Amino acid sequence: MTEVQTAPVPRRNLELLLLLLALCVGGAAFFLVGSATEDNDSKNFLIQMGIMGALALVIHVLLRIFAKYADPVILPITVALNSLGLAMIHRIDLAKGTSQSSRQLMWTAIAILVAALVLWAVKDHRVLRRFTYIALLASIVLLLLPLIPGLGATINGARIWIHVGPFSLQPGELAKITLSIFFAGYLSSNRDLILMAGRKFGPLQLPRMRDMAPMIIAWLLSIGVLVVQRDLGSAILFFGLFILMIYVATARISWVIIGLLMVAVGGVFAALTMGHVERRVNVWLNAFDPEIYQARGGSAQIVEGLFGMADGGLFGTGLGGGSPYRVPLANSDMIIASFGEEIGLIGVTAIILLFMLLVSRGLRAALGARDTFGKLLASGLAFTLGLQCVVIIGGVTRLIPLTGLATPFMAAGGSSLLANWIIIALLLLISHNARRPMSGSVGPTDEIATPTTSRLKDRKAVTNQ
Amino acid sequence: MNDLVLSLLRLGFLVLIWLLVLSVVGSMRRDLAIGSRSRTGKPSARALKKNPELAEPEPTTRKAASSLQILEGPLAGRTITLQGQPILFGRAQDATVVLEDDYASGRHARLFPQGSRWFIEDLGSTNGTFVGDSQLTRAQAVEPGQRIRIGKTVLELKA
Repeated sequence: MTEVQTAPVPRRNLELLLLLLALCVGGAAFFLVGSATEDNDSKNFLIQMGIMGALALVIHVLLRIFAKYADPVILPITVALNSLGLAMIHRIDLAKGTSQSSRQLMWTAIAILVAALVLWAVKDHRVLRRFTYIALLASIVLLLLPLIPGLGATINGARIWIHVGPFSLQPGELAKITLSIFFAGYLSSNRDLILMAGRKFGPLQLPRMRDMAPMIIAWLLSIGVLVVQRDLGSAILFFGLFILMIYVATARISWVIIGLLMVAVGGVFAALTMGHVERRVNVWLNAFDPEIYQARGGSAQIVEGLFGMADGGLFGTGLGGGSPYRVPLANSDMIIASFGEEIGLIGVTAIILLFMLLVSRGLRAALGARDTFGKLLASGLAFTLGLQCVVIIGGVTRLIPLTGLATPFMAAGGSSLLANWIIIALLLLISHNARRPMSGSVGPTDEIATPTTSRLKDRKAVTNQ
Repeated sequence: MNDLVLSLLRLGFLVLIWLLVLSVVGSMRRDLAIGSRSRTGKPSARALKKNPELAEPEPTTRKAASSLQILEGPLAGRTITLQGQPILFGRAQDATVVLEDDYASGRHARLFPQGSRWFIEDLGSTNGTFVGDSQLTRAQAVEPGQRIRIGKTVLELKA
């Protein structure tokens, strides 16, 4: 795997500057919502942005202390996206008379403080490698929790929630982090064995079963649980993560081809046999059919979202000027459609670009990381963020069937915010490690990795003679 | 609020959000110099004062190594003159320095010049190559006076 380096400079002041700009964007969004809807508490936006700014500052100060060389654009982008989401949720609240935005603000606070805790407690991402198998166990437990009777709950046909006191949580959201840690940890120690040992079938080299078994078990478990829980979005996410991590670790394009073939076969099979998948595909293909539009659980949601975005056009109706509240779930699943209506194609393009930049910074951290585990973890986490965006934004714009994944940092929902902020904390730590000046000594994990390599080389040397 | 003002503010918001996108992209310019390890973004004097660990190690005035001395092992006492050509160590007969040593591999290690320095690289040997006490994991520069160990043989560069 390649290593890319630029001269190390901390650049924390740049981060502070961009952070101010990001808070301005959020504040302006709140201000526009307030002035367009003639909301009486016009001081509201100052309070919201004040809290957001204070929270962002906590992370910023922690970065100055613990991770001076962390990437300077990750935090500002995240804060901008999060405050835009808050503003839109507030706007839908005003139209509907609900109070989701204060809940969302509370969850944002919890998420950012947990991210700060992760920054402070982990400090060096290589520590996480020790928890490879614990992470696998944690993923299994997290995915199975909602199936426990009494604790789990079924909402909108998917059994992915648990009730803890007054909160309902989606433990599966956290599983994407623990699974990334497991895949990264396992593949970074067994990459060479998977690559070199095993027999050849024509151009394909198949790894030995026992080298791949833990990966296959992890994957089967997560997919199996998700099929049982009927959460299609997360199934796509975990499957994509699995394919990507193997591809990044081995650089064999054959894995991607095999994976896509498996998706095609599995997708056709699921569409033909499983009722809820079949309905979603039907809604996607025939959205404008009046019968499907009027059916219960039909295409009304997608089509209303499309109408809204069409109404917004290039410049949008302005924040507070449209009627995004007509779309069911306008503040969670369909929040991109709400933005499309109110800030238009120009605004939504900017939002999507912010997501793309965020993912690219994650992959940049992976390129710069000096240890295999860090490379794999950063690319896995960045890909998780990116794939969530593709699946949900693609669904809302009717590019692919709509599945219930949360738009990272924007959609109303505490578990997703929490998980995505933890991902940001980990990406910041890895990017710090990638960008900090090289010290002469070799890191502890590099030494762990060497024995496997040299043993393999021995084996090769023996066969060559 | 006046409709015209509101429309202007809305356009202003779109400008603001794009300003954020563009300033993020602008701040990533440095990354475009990928791979060249060039001096792009060499820390300024001010940045150096704040973060002393950024300072590049002083370029020591060193003379290019001119010979290689074998200190221990079967060939102990021999001196090999360096002429800017890479040197291959190993038991194989085509090696530049043939080591009669059961602890050395056929093609064990390679010493090659780059710029004004000599680098040693392990060629996948069974028992490894050591500079000082640490085993090589990749090609590494060697300075005169550092001890290189290949099997039972110990070498040193002489200026």
